[in-house]
Amino acid sequence: MLLVKGGRVIDPESGRDEVGSLLIADGKVADFLPGGEAPGTFDGTVVDAAGKWVLPGLIDMHVHLRDPGFEWKEDIQSGTAAAASGGFTSVVCMANTSPVNDHPEVTRYIREKAASLGTANVFPVAAVTHGQNGKEMTDFSELFEAGAIAFSDDGSPVRSALVLRRALEYAKAFDFLIMEHAEDHELSEGGAANEGWTAHRLGIPGIPSAAEEIAIARDILLARLTGGRIHIQHISTKMGVDLLRMAKRAGLRVTGETAPHYFTLTDAAIEGYNTHAKMNPPLRGEEDRMAILEGIVDGTIDAIASDHAPHDEYTKRCEFIAASNGIIGLETALPLSMALLAGGRVTPARLVELLSTTPARILGIKEKGTLRKGADGDVTIVDPDAEWEFRESDVRSKSRNSPFFGWKMRGRAVAVLCRGRVTHSLGEGVSPDA
Amino acid sequence: MEGGATGERPRERKVTPMEWRRKHVLGLADFSAEEIEFVIDTARSMEDVLTRDIKKVPALRGKTVVNLFFEASTRTRTSFEIAGKRLSADVVNFSSAVSSVAKGETLLDTAKNINAMMPSIIVMRHPASGAAQFLSRHVSCSIINAGDGSNEHPTQGLLDLYAVIKAKGKVKGLKISIIGDILHSRVVRSNLHSLGRMGADLWLCGPGTLVPREMGRSGATVTNDIREAVRDADVVMMLRIQLERQKTAYFPSLREYARNYGLNSEVFSLAKKDAVIMHPGPINRGVELSDTLADSSQSIILNQVESGVAIRMALLYLLAGGHNAAR
Repeated sequence: MLLVKGGRVIDPESGRDEVGSLLIADGKVADFLPGGEAPGTFDGTVVDAAGKWVLPGLIDMHVHLRDPGFEWKEDIQSGTAAAASGGFTSVVCMANTSPVNDHPEVTRYIREKAASLGTANVFPVAAVTHGQNGKEMTDFSELFEAGAIAFSDDGSPVRSALVLRRALEYAKAFDFLIMEHAEDHELSEGGAANEGWTAHRLGIPGIPSAAEEIAIARDILLARLTGGRIHIQHISTKMGVDLLRMAKRAGLRVTGETAPHYFTLTDAAIEGYNTHAKMNPPLRGEEDRMAILEGIVDGTIDAIASDHAPHDEYTKRCEFIAASNGIIGLETALPLSMALLAGGRVTPARLVELLSTTPARILGIKEKGTLRKGADGDVTIVDPDAEWEFRESDVRSKSRNSPFFGWKMRGRAVAVLCRGRVTHSLGEGVSPDA
Repeated sequence: MEGGATGERPRERKVTPMEWRRKHVLGLADFSAEEIEFVIDTARSMEDVLTRDIKKVPALRGKTVVNLFFEASTRTRTSFEIAGKRLSADVVNFSSAVSSVAKGETLLDTAKNINAMMPSIIVMRHPASGAAQFLSRHVSCSIINAGDGSNEHPTQGLLDLYAVIKAKGKVKGLKISIIGDILHSRVVRSNLHSLGRMGADLWLCGPGTLVPREMGRSGATVTNDIREAVRDADVVMMLRIQLERQKTAYFPSLREYARNYGLNSEVFSLAKKDAVIMHPGPINRGVELSDTLADSSQSIILNQVESGVAIRMALLYLLAGGHNAAR
């Protein structure tokens, strides 16, 4: 038994936003006790949450754990430790491992290894096509039974519109979700940064926004054609947001996510050939950044996901064009997202929707993303006023590829419970369960 | 400024007593007009050496210059080699064809190995933009960028400026049109800084596929019409069509390219009477530049090459501390 005492409980799913205490028993939310006062005697661990926010465990619906196959960059142990440290109780890991997660054995391996550690819930995404080759579909239902939560060839798009059409049509019968990395590979080929003045000036081959937007438009039209359910990953451009907004107005079953770097940075960050600002899709212009913010405010964008992409140092310590794409994000996604609160246009409840409620709904995880009685005991306790600096030495991930070292952050997960177990704590009398 | 290459006695010219603080020459983006003038002045005094019977001075004796070339190059590498040797440096050439790069070594490892042999200066050409800047953060010797991808080719930018000054006596107010593959050209990016900073009226021209619209933000005038670019120009600089850089076609054919963007006598007649033609080489005769014009009296292409040695001597000299030591 565990009591999270006297915090501001924000749970959009149940419409709750009030001070109270949460009782966690048998890994589930057992009760909510309103008010700042909790029972005088309690026979269990007490987590003092006075002045803190108590949120349904955060869900990062887009991470790369690199396990199996690239364990020197990250593995399930280090990746889930980074998740817990960053305030996440659940992560959705992409299929571009080695071997690719296109076989139930790989899915089971990930599930079992994560379960044995218990640091965070890991929901594997299986590939849409064998070896992510874009040609033959994987065995969706068998992969689902093995524990796959959705299907994506992330890292690459499903290049063929026909193959994606078939996947959407086939998946529809099971109500499986297809997640798409939207990119027209021919338009983006050879590119290493957003096509714009900065890249032109630096002589870096560009990736036009249209490479992403054409693919998003295609994916939306295929959702319309098939009635299938599709989720657009890591939206980075203004027109991408506009297209998603249009699709939603048309009543299509399309959702979309963005990543904190797309509303925090622009392509100006690549100045000096900074490989830690290189990712795919690339950081875009200021107009795009503002449009992403607008999409977050008006509800067009459903979720914020980190696209946590660990890479070893030497693949970033090289020529810009040769550097690997991506940055780690699990430990910065929450504070960077909390920066959205400053303007007042994003409320704390909306933030919880973006980081927990809606990802759970999109992924169909009913027992998560909420603090309802009976839900899983996944709880993230946040100090909204904590001021801290993101330092390389604090990183739990095996990789260090982040453009945010030295940044002053405001807001931090001070304790995390995963199925009632303490998986992260910044002291104050509570230590992570062994 | 004095005009013409004739009759000038560089030795008598007083070099601006400016302090040279640079360790590397990575690009001209952060060069001030004053610094550029200082390099040109130093090149003038170097040119004096080149007119002697014995074209060698001991300024860099005991210093080693490594030409680290990861891309094929004849003239730039040779120019640097001659520049180094005329200053009495020991010059070592390292080209990727015979190197360990083929064995999969990273740029950084290759450079660190060379750095460990304690050269004074590495002159590097590399296909990746930013490669020189990257290297400068990881080695202890000086770096001269001899061309990095599509980013910069600072010595070319300086020698082009020098060649224009020698031909026209000034740069300020001249209409200088650069025509060809603007998108991939490091020569353009360095010239935007060198010629641009000295007050030229710069024009960039080429097919729509090779002139990014955003290049207008450089301060240059952008056009797809070669006649507009050449009309009343003082200097017309043709760029090599780099077929080797193009994986997909940026224009239908060389014939079509020559028809719309090649410089021939008819188009060149639109330029000022005393206009000059430049080209960073190597020329594709009959493609971007007609055979006749390439060899005409208005071509200063070989003067560019000549200026190149002086500019490179000047930079090697300045980076090796020759200037500060002499003061």
